[in-house]
Amino acid sequence: MIDISNLTFSYPGQPNLFDGFSISISEGECWSIIGPSGCGKTTLLYFMSHLIKPNSGSVRIDGEISSRPRPKTGLVLQDHGLLPWSTTQKNVSLGFNVRRFYGPDGLHAPSGSKIDRETEQQIVDHWLNRLGISDLRDKYPSQMSRGQRQRAALARTLALSPDLLLMDEPFSALDTPTRKDLQDLVIELNRERNMTCVTVTHNIDEAVFMGQKILILARSTNSEPVVIDNPSATDLNHESFQAMCQEIEKRLERSA
Amino acid sequence: MKQSLNLTTILSGVLMILLLWLGLSWLLNSPVMPSPIDVIPIFIFSMAGDLGIHFLASTGRVLASVTLAVITAVPAGLALGQMPAVNRIFDPLIAIIYPIPKIVFLPVIYILLGITDVSKIFLIAVIVFFQILVVVRDEAAGLHPELILSVRSIGAGRRALFRFVYIPASLPAVLTAVRISIGTAVAVLFIAEQSLTTWGLGYYIIVETYQVLLYPEMYAGILGMALLGLSLYFLVDYLERKVNRHLYLNN
Repeated sequence: MIDISNLTFSYPGQPNLFDGFSISISEGECWSIIGPSGCGKTTLLYFMSHLIKPNSGSVRIDGEISSRPRPKTGLVLQDHGLLPWSTTQKNVSLGFNVRRFYGPDGLHAPSGSKIDRETEQQIVDHWLNRLGISDLRDKYPSQMSRGQRQRAALARTLALSPDLLLMDEPFSALDTPTRKDLQDLVIELNRERNMTCVTVTHNIDEAVFMGQKILILARSTNSEPVVIDNPSATDLNHESFQAMCQEIEKRLERSA
Repeated sequence: MKQSLNLTTILSGVLMILLLWLGLSWLLNSPVMPSPIDVIPIFIFSMAGDLGIHFLASTGRVLASVTLAVITAVPAGLALGQMPAVNRIFDPLIAIIYPIPKIVFLPVIYILLGITDVSKIFLIAVIVFFQILVVVRDEAAGLHPELILSVRSIGAGRRALFRFVYIPASLPAVLTAVRISIGTAVAVLFIAEQSLTTWGLGYYIIVETYQVLLYPEMYAGILGMALLGLSLYFLVDYLERKVNRHLYLNN
């Protein structure tokens, strides 16, 4: 699904964040990326979403190198990114409206995807219901709690039926029950539709829960990826869950 | 949350002005201060005739100026706000021009653009332009980078960002800027219309009435000017409420 090869990148005037970094993520896998702040985990996610370009090296999604965000990749950021002047209903429909604005040109929207408004509305309704925010459809973001906003942001992304879901600290500002709820939902979707998931987080528990594979980034230049196989993912009661958390913590201390 | 004028406030404001005016005219008891009882019928009567045409001429000029200013200042402000490097180049220039009373350029504009309506419209447009430019620039600069990233990740390119993010994000600021600058626009119009035209409220008030001592008619003209300023103000206020529902929420 994601093939990053020989990636090199630095922000102007700073040492290389990545130097000859390669990694490959298969379809349907759930990955976590964890590391201290400034290690480049968000930057790596932005490469995967084609929002920024590396200095050299290639980022292939589904075998393709692209210079613009791919229509079937979904991105959810910590700061929900909802339009403050639009209601939940409008925010969740935004993807469809952007697609209609361009027409199915294959660049901004998948080519040949002609969905009529009624079907769109059904899809929007479906996700509003699934995320439990259908009674908030006429509310503006400022009238909603953080958890509700993040639910709306997820609904907006999922409405476009992504096959790859990239998330940057998606749940870190949320209270524990809401976080648990949304983590479970993402795992469910991963299983249900074989949706590849990559979660960037600084929270060790979250990394272990969300990642069958955990990529650990260091604050210094990243060349060889440190990837840990995590059999206890999605299972808090797994015998090795706590051990895995401790292991990650130790490695993070070492890399910091 | 914003608070806007309601009907009761407006009506009681108008009533208070009328009472003050009435009191003043009794006190002075002079032809230079006719009572509203004399002026208002003249106002209503002339609005159906000549004064109405003057009123429309002025309204047309203000609307043309504001439109011109909006369609030039909004893209320029968005560009400056989103491109810090370009903004750094132009910032000193804008900072110097912004506080200069643009009306002093009136003769220059007459010389360059000729003695036509275009000159008057251009002058007012310049004044409103800078007001809008500055607020739109600051608004665009203050947009969350994450908001733009998320919308880009949905597939929005430059055009869709304009349509779905930049324009709606700056609309409140544009309307506020227009509302604030409309007073100045009407004031400048008043001065610009006093010469080199034969239509417009400025011409009517100064040349057709004041200079020939037709005081009640002059006051009717002033009422017309006040009506113009108020109507434009309330029009923008109405648009602000309609467009920015999210800013007027009562949870």
